[in-house]
Amino acid sequence: MKSTKLRLFLSVLVLLIGLAYSLPNIPAIGNGPLKDFLPQNRINLGLDLKGGMNLTLGVDVEKAIENTLSIMGQGIREKILTEGYTILRPRMKNGELEIIVPKQEQVVAIKEIIQTWNPNLQLIDESDNNAGTAGTSLKYVLSDIAKKEAENLTLDQVVRTIRNRIDQFGVAEPDIRKQSNNQVQVQLPGLTDTSRAIQIVGQTAHLEFRIVRDDVNPNDFVLPAGTQRLPMLDKQGGQSSIVLDNQVLLTGADIVNARPSFDKYGSAYVSLKFSPKGAITFEQVTGENIKKRLAIVLDGEVYSAPVIQDKIAGGEASISGEFTTEQANDLAVVLRAGSLPAPVHILEERTVGPSLGQESIDSGIMASLVGAILVLLMMPLFYGYSGLVADILLCGTLSLMFAGLSLFGATLTLPGIAGVVLTIGMAVDANVLIFERIREELRLGVSTAEAIYAGFSRASISIMDSNLTTIIAAVILYQFGTGPIRGFAVTLSLGIVASMFTSVFVCRAIFEWWSERNPNKALSV
Amino acid sequence: MPIQLIKENVNIDFVGLRRYAYIITGIILIIGLIAIALNRGLSYGVDFAGGVMVQIEFKNEVDDNAVKTAIKGIEMPGLTVQKIGEDNHHYLLRFSASETGHKNLRVDLDNALKNSFTDNEVKITRLEMVGPKVGSELRDMAIEAVFYSILLITVYISGRFEHCWFTAAGIAAILWGAIYLMDMLAIYFDFTFFNKMYAICIAMIITLFLSWKVKLNYSLGALLSLIHDVVVTLGILTLLGKEIDLNVIAALLTLVGYSLNDTIIVYDRIRENINAIRKDPVKPSIGDIINLSANQTLARTLMTSLTTLVACLSLYLLGGSVIHDFALTMLIGIIVGSYSSIFVASPILMAFGNIDLYLSQQENHEEIEKPGAHGIV
Repeated sequence: MKSTKLRLFLSVLVLLIGLAYSLPNIPAIGNGPLKDFLPQNRINLGLDLKGGMNLTLGVDVEKAIENTLSIMGQGIREKILTEGYTILRPRMKNGELEIIVPKQEQVVAIKEIIQTWNPNLQLIDESDNNAGTAGTSLKYVLSDIAKKEAENLTLDQVVRTIRNRIDQFGVAEPDIRKQSNNQVQVQLPGLTDTSRAIQIVGQTAHLEFRIVRDDVNPNDFVLPAGTQRLPMLDKQGGQSSIVLDNQVLLTGADIVNARPSFDKYGSAYVSLKFSPKGAITFEQVTGENIKKRLAIVLDGEVYSAPVIQDKIAGGEASISGEFTTEQANDLAVVLRAGSLPAPVHILEERTVGPSLGQESIDSGIMASLVGAILVLLMMPLFYGYSGLVADILLCGTLSLMFAGLSLFGATLTLPGIAGVVLTIGMAVDANVLIFERIREELRLGVSTAEAIYAGFSRASISIMDSNLTTIIAAVILYQFGTGPIRGFAVTLSLGIVASMFTSVFVCRAIFEWWSERNPNKALSV
Repeated sequence: MPIQLIKENVNIDFVGLRRYAYIITGIILIIGLIAIALNRGLSYGVDFAGGVMVQIEFKNEVDDNAVKTAIKGIEMPGLTVQKIGEDNHHYLLRFSASETGHKNLRVDLDNALKNSFTDNEVKITRLEMVGPKVGSELRDMAIEAVFYSILLITVYISGRFEHCWFTAAGIAAILWGAIYLMDMLAIYFDFTFFNKMYAICIAMIITLFLSWKVKLNYSLGALLSLIHDVVVTLGILTLLGKEIDLNVIAALLTLVGYSLNDTIIVYDRIRENINAIRKDPVKPSIGDIINLSANQTLARTLMTSLTTLVACLSLYLLGGSVIHDFALTMLIGIIVGSYSSIFVASPILMAFGNIDLYLSQQENHEEIEKPGAHGIV
């Protein structure tokens, strides 16, 4: 029959392509003399095999939105003052921007100005003379669309900033990406100095300039509205408390450059240069707050709070503290690469050392080899020459599976290796089902060719059915799983598809070809 | 001549043995459930419970007390020190995550170990920290994944065996709606005690009830044996003091898909044998059909499980510490799954229907089912 030959030819073709794609993954072949003739696709190793660090960071977007509002508050004030109306200094209260208008008759006009100045601001509350403040209090939040936009912007900026930092830190092939729930995933393969990497990635370097409220006693139990108590680092490395105004005047975003420097006593500090816009704000703020103290807050700790002697022009400032040279250096790097627009928390950290990764690869290969050899021995033992055919097809299945992994650029993880071992055990299941059915038919006394035909045609659909349930499970695993588990789902599905091809299509072609050539021989099954 | 695992004319009275099987199944289930109850639920690994896991490697042997002493100064709430493997080179530290302690944890730990073991090379080979938020997210995800895979597979089975795609899809839709509604209610009334686990259990019970009500007995049997497999495997893992982590869940889901293979094969044979007696004047009982089918397919049921079992055994023994629990779960699950396809899935057909029911169900679909459309193994 012609179709048998055609099917046999197709099978050999597919298996050869499979070999061509899978073999280069063996280093001796991939880097050997055949290198130029074979495809270049390779399987990627996951972090759990290669060694490296996987961080999930939670981004505190609320904080970023608050900062955005707070900065808007300043813009509003400027605008309203230039229009000739008066308002008190806007302040943040429970995530809302509060603007107090002392003169009742100006409220409508001011609302109008704010609305045209930024339509994304939403008035959520308006009340007169409450909480002892004379005048009308207007409370604003960002509209939902603007909030969503700010969140996205924040996440994008976090990703960009971390990438900048990592690039400066020097890690090959980092992978930094946004995830749902305001999370960012950072993958750093082949990393050894993980603690420093965490420092570089995780440090917010959230720099704020705020006015100190020296009129408030930091030990008071209840602080006035619009103020906040923060720890202050002193020269001896101890901590005291200081009360700051909630208003953030400038942030790290206004900085264009940072570099480590030394003062005349040889202590390290970091000098900062503001952007032109930042410099203007800085000049204005210092001008408005002469004789008050300006606190430099880094990640929620006050590093220094010098008294403003005069309006500071030129746009330069410095962060002093008890830094070692290395710390000053790292801080400068982090500030230069960009501070994060919002604090991040490490929600999840998974680090595998390169040695353990290599161990996993070695033991994974060992387990696969031993498993494969045992299965390869079992099949001829129970099914004779047919079992031997199944063995050859098992090798074909594995080669197709690795070819698929290379072709899709999939990542092989440790659970993925487990998937390979499982495939070794499951791939021959289809052969078992077919062989058992052929045996049964032979016992009924039909001819070899008929038994082969019946065996394959009756088993094929059942095999597909039962494999489909495993694929359903694999797809769901892929949908719900994290990185390593996805690797498992991918290998398992590829293995099942490959084994269905070899044991149903290829195996049938071989058997039918054989029975056509040897119509009178008994089948060894 | 190749060896035959099972003799041709094997005739085990599986149906007769079913009372013993019920008892064994019952005992295993009860022991499993008691183990889980005594343990106050499943023990979750770092992935689901949150916390920190640190694997340390020493060049020379060290006993666990020395390790404990070395790290005494570091704040590690609920610390457990566990040896990996037989030699005293590898240790696993487990403790709850403390928000303050983590920042310098690696450095502190590294320093403490290096200072205590000056004449020994020590390194941290693996560190996994999962915050409580991510932990509970992963837990919800895992429960949903197990539920959806069982649900989808049940839908598939009812469609496949009973040609009731619409009924099956209807049941699935009702369930999905029920879960969604329960989620909404839980959020609305702020039921903190009401977690996904309860929702999924209720959904399961509804599925079973509906399958029973509309006489989808094949799906009922498949679903019950799947639940049996998952519960028994979890029970045995708990008995062995193992923790449930992401890898174990991956193994469980694979099992849900894989252990069904045997069931499908036995069921297919039952259908084939029922088809064959359609014209017979005297009908055998469904029990006889089940017995015949189970015996006819016994060799392949055992053989397919055996090859997979051998591969998993190799993974268990040689695959290394990280993948150990995955392999163990597969090992237990494959055995449990083979058992349940003979002793759980088939007797359920007998318990919920007689030969006339199955015959008439099959005859109703005769015109839809073309000969040979079904693979029969």
